[in-house]
Amino acid sequence: MLYREAGDFKTTYVEDGQTFPIKFDRIAYYILLAVAFGVVPFIINDYWANAVLVPFLIYAVAAIGLNILVGYAGQVSLGTGGFMAVGAYACYKLMTSFPEVSILIHVVLAGVITAAVGVLFGLPSLRIKGFYLAVATLAAQFFLVWLFNKVPWFYNYSASGQISAPERTVFGIEVTGANTDAWAKYLVCLIFVTACAWLARNLTRGTTGRTWMAIRDMDIAAEIIGVNPLKAKLTAFAVSSFFVGIAGALFFAVYLGSVEVGEVFGINKSFLVLFMIIIGGLGSIFGSFAGAAFMVLMPVLLKNILVGGLGWPTDIAAHFELVIVGGLIVVFLILEPHGLAQLWRVAKEKLRLWPFPH
Amino acid sequence: MSAQAEEYVTEDGRKIGGVMMEMKNITLRFGGVVAIKDISFDIREGEIRAIIGPNGAGKSSMLNVISGFYNPQEGDVIFRGKKRPQMRPYKVAQQGIARTFQNIALFEGMSVLDNVMTGRLTHMKTGMFGQAMWWGKAQDEEVYNREKVEEIIDFLEIQAIRKTPVGRLPYGLKKRVELARALAAEPKLLLLDEPMAGMNVEEKEDMSRFILDVNDEFGTTIALIEHDMGVVMDLSDRVVVMDYGKKIGDGTPDEVRSNQEVIDAYLGVAHD
Repeated sequence: MLYREAGDFKTTYVEDGQTFPIKFDRIAYYILLAVAFGVVPFIINDYWANAVLVPFLIYAVAAIGLNILVGYAGQVSLGTGGFMAVGAYACYKLMTSFPEVSILIHVVLAGVITAAVGVLFGLPSLRIKGFYLAVATLAAQFFLVWLFNKVPWFYNYSASGQISAPERTVFGIEVTGANTDAWAKYLVCLIFVTACAWLARNLTRGTTGRTWMAIRDMDIAAEIIGVNPLKAKLTAFAVSSFFVGIAGALFFAVYLGSVEVGEVFGINKSFLVLFMIIIGGLGSIFGSFAGAAFMVLMPVLLKNILVGGLGWPTDIAAHFELVIVGGLIVVFLILEPHGLAQLWRVAKEKLRLWPFPH
Repeated sequence: MSAQAEEYVTEDGRKIGGVMMEMKNITLRFGGVVAIKDISFDIREGEIRAIIGPNGAGKSSMLNVISGFYNPQEGDVIFRGKKRPQMRPYKVAQQGIARTFQNIALFEGMSVLDNVMTGRLTHMKTGMFGQAMWWGKAQDEEVYNREKVEEIIDFLEIQAIRKTPVGRLPYGLKKRVELARALAAEPKLLLLDEPMAGMNVEEKEDMSRFILDVNDEFGTTIALIEHDMGVVMDLSDRVVVMDYGKKIGDGTPDEVRSNQEVIDAYLGVAHD
């Protein structure tokens, strides 16, 4: 009954083009933001931060990044893990080389560096498409991980070959290092997620987003109406890698603290983020969040049910989890190729007419 | 025709200007296949120019040459008095040439509004950083272009389906949306590749009306390919007839209709 657009008249094109055209949605969104910023930091504990919220937020940034490339611009990439590694190592090198500069700036700069690397590996997309492009990005994935293992300069010649985030503060509050409070980690990630989602939404609803989608839907027609395919594809790679790089930097500096590149940013990571956007919904910012939430929460939930509730051994539960994730991806690809975001859209459309659907 | 460079006014009061685009001795080959063989013709400012011919005559190839999609091996394309160098299609679009396709080439995943907005790309100037912030100039530009697009949407009577994803629309409406997208670019020259293929009589009448209105109201020069002879003869000011990659006729509909070679090509002729 509350969920109506009737009576909510739009009198300008700005109002008509806004992200949440329905008032109820707008209010819900502001409440969500207020709770996320104003309430959660006070009640969060280590378990919720480390097991659920922080990984969810970071993966959401990575998923938004990949969604821009795959969902909006239609360029399939399997190099997400590699690009996250670029973000992580760029952040590490910046943190250790310029310790007096704020970590927040380092994270953004890590995104910029990753964007440049992304453009470099995006160059093949000008000649190859689809499956073959996926293989080319796969090469990027393996090459980057190999590079960070091979060249000691990247990990500052440390004996273990790992990189560990030094302790850094923002306004006197520690945000990286072993003694960081749960709420500080959460808040840093939340700020980046909010900013990234806002930027991504603005880009995708405007001219840039339309050129990306035009290239995705029909590249020949896009070129005929004035889209420069070179520019469209490379900007997609740049913006996508920028977000993925930020996610990688946060994943290393704020979430894990120390990283062994092959383990953390391997091919599994690429697939995980790809699954997130497939389940969440290609070409949707909301879908990126939904997919990230799903893939982060489901293992936690399953573990609680299978191990905590039913008393199964941990290893069986872990295997079972893989089976369920694999099955769900098949189910989603067959039944709802547009993912959770589409289910959400359909639900909203139904709700708009409820309780008199005719 | 002798009335080459002078302007004249048609019976229904439209002004036809000088030569806008000239195709000079165009030859296009695909390997050993000669798709277009030494064809010359011109398109004049403000006219509706039809290209007709049997299947496989090279009409669509000709349109592709004009829109920069194919580069001819021989011959020159002269646009507004200047010889056009080889250029990518998006550069051609920036010069003010828009087109529709024989098989609809819309962006299926986007709404009608987004499709038509994409047509205005050549008029969008703000950089990506401005757009990412969505304030000031970027927003003003979006609103300004939205207004322009709404004019086109009104003009083509597709207000009701503005926010519908294109994939859900029936064929006739898709053709109209494609025309809207091409018109949104405010082209100087509009190329229509079989705008009425697969339509019923009513839809054809609608489409003919839109084509005439576009030409009349915006003064857009139109080059179209069409198989429906009734439509072609009624709409166009001049007609080029092609057969097997060669030009076999050029002139007003009446001249073309009485051309023996054209009649032979269409009706077939006994070879002896």
